[in-house]
Amino acid sequence: MIEVVGLTRYYGDLKAIDGLSFKIASNEIVGFLGLNGAGKSTTLRILAGILLPTAGVVRINGQDMFDAPIETRKKTGFLPEVPPLHKEMTARTFLHYVGRLRGVSADALPGIIEDVAKRTSVDRVLDQVIGTLSWGYQKRVGIAQAIIHNPTLVVLDEPIAGLDPKQIVEIRDVIVRLKEHCTVLVSSHILSEISQTCDRILLLHQGRIVADGSEEILTGGFQFNHKVVMTLRGPREKLDPVMNGFPSLQGWRLTEAHDDLLHVWIDLGGDHREALVKHVVDSGFGVRRIDAAEAELEQLFVHLTREGRS
Amino acid sequence: MKGILLIAGRDLRAYFDTAWGYVVTAALLLVNGLLFNAFAMGSTARYSSDVIEDFFYYSSGTVMIAAIILTMRLFAEERSQGTLVLLDTAPASDLSIVIGKYLAGMSMMAITVGLTIYMPLLVMVNGKVSVGHICSGYLGLLLLASAVVAIGTWGSSLAKTQYVAGAVAGFVVVVLLLAWLLAKVSDPPFKDVVSYLSLFDRHFQPFMRGRINTESVLFYASITFAFLFLTVRGLEGRRWK
Repeated sequence: MIEVVGLTRYYGDLKAIDGLSFKIASNEIVGFLGLNGAGKSTTLRILAGILLPTAGVVRINGQDMFDAPIETRKKTGFLPEVPPLHKEMTARTFLHYVGRLRGVSADALPGIIEDVAKRTSVDRVLDQVIGTLSWGYQKRVGIAQAIIHNPTLVVLDEPIAGLDPKQIVEIRDVIVRLKEHCTVLVSSHILSEISQTCDRILLLHQGRIVADGSEEILTGGFQFNHKVVMTLRGPREKLDPVMNGFPSLQGWRLTEAHDDLLHVWIDLGGDHREALVKHVVDSGFGVRRIDAAEAELEQLFVHLTREGRS
Repeated sequence: MKGILLIAGRDLRAYFDTAWGYVVTAALLLVNGLLFNAFAMGSTARYSSDVIEDFFYYSSGTVMIAAIILTMRLFAEERSQGTLVLLDTAPASDLSIVIGKYLAGMSMMAITVGLTIYMPLLVMVNGKVSVGHICSGYLGLLLLASAVVAIGTWGSSLAKTQYVAGAVAGFVVVVLLLAWLLAKVSDPPFKDVVSYLSLFDRHFQPFMRGRINTESVLFYASITFAFLFLTVRGLEGRRWK
């Protein structure tokens, strides 16, 4: 159980986080979601033992982190956005070094390294020099170093940043498997990423938690704002009559056109997405894509801050 | 203690995992050999003890420069590469991190200084020089290296890049080297204080001449302690920044 009470951190006069309080149950994956500057990294760095807070308490299994910093650091693992790796070492010697540094006995380490390497899927590259590994593998070695000492809490700061789609899927699997052994706190500014890996989401805005719950709870009652962007395939000259022929449209405009690919911004005036798609398809256009006109995180923030939920 | 040795061992290996350690050691040996041949040996007949004294005189300069170059990376490189996080999150005290780093730098310096032994041995074989003189000189070199390694460790803990770290440490070393000049134009009791701080003139010269001066041993130990203490304090402060 991780318990955070009234966590506050100033940088000079700037209040980066403002009285954060939350609890995380054992073996839960919690997503820390927020725009850049929301206070995610500061909170994570405090939980990892790198920074001290201006005020507040963090307890890991009931032990106060600031009263017993050395003991609680044995219970936490941390992966910053850029994995902290000695690139001249092989993955195996690096994990051995980090394991010893975190108090794992030398006798037990070879077996633990093999186990952790399997869990993070770096077993094939254990004897390669880290500097020669791909970014995805370096991230995985970074996760391996964070869990080599079997911590209670693993803190991952933007673990998918800079990865390609295939690597994102692989790292996501690694993160989901981590919760079999420990509690995981993952930060991101991408809602879809957090929602796919986490049991629960903490939404941070200007240093405060503005929402706490699952994606369904956070988006429950959240009104779709009726503005979409569609990518259609069809002749440009037919677009005006088709769009103007849809009765409930509040407005639309062609934002981009490449040959017969047309990008159209549309204000539906209500949630008429299915009807619009049917109308467009019946009119002879192909629908390549339909997206919310604003990023979903931005919409969610607007919604949550407007509604004053906290 | 385990943490100290782990950190020291990794940092010492890091000198040899890259070309850095080899290049600095080779450069020190080359420059030391050239200075020994050109100036200490000279072209005219000299007493062996004078040759040894000059050898330690020139070695003190190369040792100070090598110590600054070897230590400037200790913290600064970890900071620039983001690996300082490993130490920040490890269950190790700031004191053990600093001592581990210092020991790595000091071990590297001991290896480098040790490799110069062939020069006094040549003098010993071909001339007449006491083992005590050589031991005293090497003790002085190691004490001087210890002080400069501590200064370099402190400089490295402050700076974001190793070049800035080297510049900070170099500046402090130069100030301490020039303290004897300031002492010359100062009045007591300031004169005594400044004179005591002279890194080379007052404290190293006895070792060069084969004398072990307790006051100088204490001076180098104090400088080492003071800068390691400042480094620990600085590291503790970063958690509040």
